[in-house]
Amino acid sequence: MQSNAALEYDYSVAKLFTYTTILFGFLGMLIGTLIAAQLAFPELNYLLGEYGTFSRLRPLHTNIVIYGFTLSGVWATFYYSGQRVLKVSMAESKFIMFIGKLHFWLYFVGALIAVITLLLGITQAKEYAQFEWPIDIVIVLIWVLWGIAMFGLIGIRREKALYISMWYYIACFLGIAMLYLFNNMSVPTYFAAGGVGSILHSVSMYSGTNDALVQWWFGHNAVAFGFTVPIVAMIYYFLPKESGQAVYSYKLSLLSFWGLMFVYLWAGSHHVLWSTVPDWMQTMGSVFSVVLILPSWGSAINMLLTMKGEWNQLTENPLIKFMVLASTFYMLSTLEGPIQAIKSVNAIAHFTDWIPGHVHDGVLGWVVFMIMAALFHMAPRMFKREIYSKKMMEAQFWLQTTAVVLYFTSMWIAGITQGMMWRAVDEYGNLMYSFIDTVTVLHPYYTIRALAGVMYLIGFVMFAYNMYKTMTSSRELSEEPQFRSPMA
Amino acid sequence: MFHWLEKNPFLFSVGVFLVIAFAGIIEILPNFAEASRPVVGLKPYSVLELAGKNIYMKDQCIACHSQLIRPFKAETDRYGQYSLSGEYAYDRPFLWGSKRTGPDLHRVGNYRTTDWHENHMWEPTSVVPGSIMPAYKHMFTNKADIETAYAEAVTVKNVFNTPYGDDIKPGKDAWEAYKPKVLEEAKKIAADMKNKDVKDAVANGEVPEIVALIAYLNKLK
Repeated sequence: MQSNAALEYDYSVAKLFTYTTILFGFLGMLIGTLIAAQLAFPELNYLLGEYGTFSRLRPLHTNIVIYGFTLSGVWATFYYSGQRVLKVSMAESKFIMFIGKLHFWLYFVGALIAVITLLLGITQAKEYAQFEWPIDIVIVLIWVLWGIAMFGLIGIRREKALYISMWYYIACFLGIAMLYLFNNMSVPTYFAAGGVGSILHSVSMYSGTNDALVQWWFGHNAVAFGFTVPIVAMIYYFLPKESGQAVYSYKLSLLSFWGLMFVYLWAGSHHVLWSTVPDWMQTMGSVFSVVLILPSWGSAINMLLTMKGEWNQLTENPLIKFMVLASTFYMLSTLEGPIQAIKSVNAIAHFTDWIPGHVHDGVLGWVVFMIMAALFHMAPRMFKREIYSKKMMEAQFWLQTTAVVLYFTSMWIAGITQGMMWRAVDEYGNLMYSFIDTVTVLHPYYTIRALAGVMYLIGFVMFAYNMYKTMTSSRELSEEPQFRSPMA
Repeated sequence: MFHWLEKNPFLFSVGVFLVIAFAGIIEILPNFAEASRPVVGLKPYSVLELAGKNIYMKDQCIACHSQLIRPFKAETDRYGQYSLSGEYAYDRPFLWGSKRTGPDLHRVGNYRTTDWHENHMWEPTSVVPGSIMPAYKHMFTNKADIETAYAEAVTVKNVFNTPYGDDIKPGKDAWEAYKPKVLEEAKKIAADMKNKDVKDAVANGEVPEIVALIAYLNKLK
């Protein structure tokens, strides 16, 4: 048996991913703010010529946020908390250390190539699965490396039982692997046509309605296993650690985990309601989306009840505030989604700005808040310094919370307005509005959204600056803090 | 109750995988048997139209335009007959889109002309006052990659049995032999356009992106 002395965990890989989380977070939100502004002020489309149009930048925004910011955050927290819940240090295995570093560098180079190809318009045009086949192969390699590092660490663990967070990281790994592989099946045309044309081009293995079905089975569940599952992993680790409270209910965490695993995958077809997908699948998607409220709220309630009797921490510790707000936005988002998946509501909501509104209260309120809180918790332990400024955190919190509220309220109004105008008919049954009427009416809401984007971006810059000062010049700590993160 | 499972990471992972794979098997596989049958009379995209579709994808028109008319009166009044599954049989990938910042385009070929698209892509507000669409002037100078489009036609013919003629076959020589047909089609589009540079380019055996894109948009009906 090992001694009781604390293990010396090795954070070198976690630190690397922390840097890219901040870098890609800034880039993703900067581009997001620009494209939000472009909808209100179309002149902004021509800042970079061909490479600066809304249409070219939108996939760049989504991909940087999903695969740049969020995945970096997932891996930063995994390489930090994975060692801790498994009670094993990366430094104990040269092999795992090597795989971890290779994982990071291959990822970083791959991400840069991905950004360039998207700017050049090299794309399969499937949402969140835009990359052409050579990049897909690199992505698969990166994913396999993560798998080796994770299961390697699990293989040499000292703690026998896997902590809840590890369940979710494993699910994230398996889910994305399955979805990504199936959705990106394609045939490179250069080889099939005997050396004609571009080597980068490919055609999808699926066509038409089938392609749509596979794509939204992927698209929705990439959200599940990228934006929900690993973020739940984070909150299950960081909220109890930061607050010094035990997880409220083990049974509830079991129920919500297996419930989420089983139910989520069915819900993908709610993206293709009223389409040419067979009716029974649309109904399945709709029904299971509503059922999905149970496991989602199960996790969120489990987290909120973890704070039972300790709500005073909310006023004293901004990190708790971030995490509690994240859980609350998770609840909002996972209630809003099922509402939009009801067929009659979907008839109005689909294709409108209510959908980006829904995505963003989830991502800005839940994902980004949770990742920022996790990095704030990790910083004093990884860099052995206290957090640079509590006041700045407080200001950032309120600025960004206001921004999210402005974002989703403006998009709710915009989306429902547009949906109602599209279907409005006069007393003789003729359409009341031409399409352009439904575009120009949205100008004020697009302006508010752009403003919200600017506010949120400023908040993120404050976060980045606070992290930078924490890493470089904050007061040094003599020993590791037990729970509450120390801050000046 | 489940503690034993949490101590066996291998079994745990297998369990998770089975549970998440279940929905896919039930929901997705049955559809594959039938849904890609083309409606009667559907023709595959010509090489020029495929090149246009690739430009539609390259410049991500899909970010703002859908190609899916839903079965509601308001939509069929606005855009035409609602979409049928068999109409998409040759769409690899599907291009339904998920957001309508601009209108649906599934039947745009029925009510817009080459000339309209040319003006619209050069300066959207000239034909639709108040439009927030960017201008796509670079399409008038960039050249469409018709060779890759040809490779795509060969691929879908050989791998997925898309019904193309016998002159669509692998190899550089076959492409060189086929190329004049693509240029012929491009000339017909350019004849309806007014941009002098585009007309000159087509006369010189080149295909600007705008020509291919318009060929594709005209095919949507």
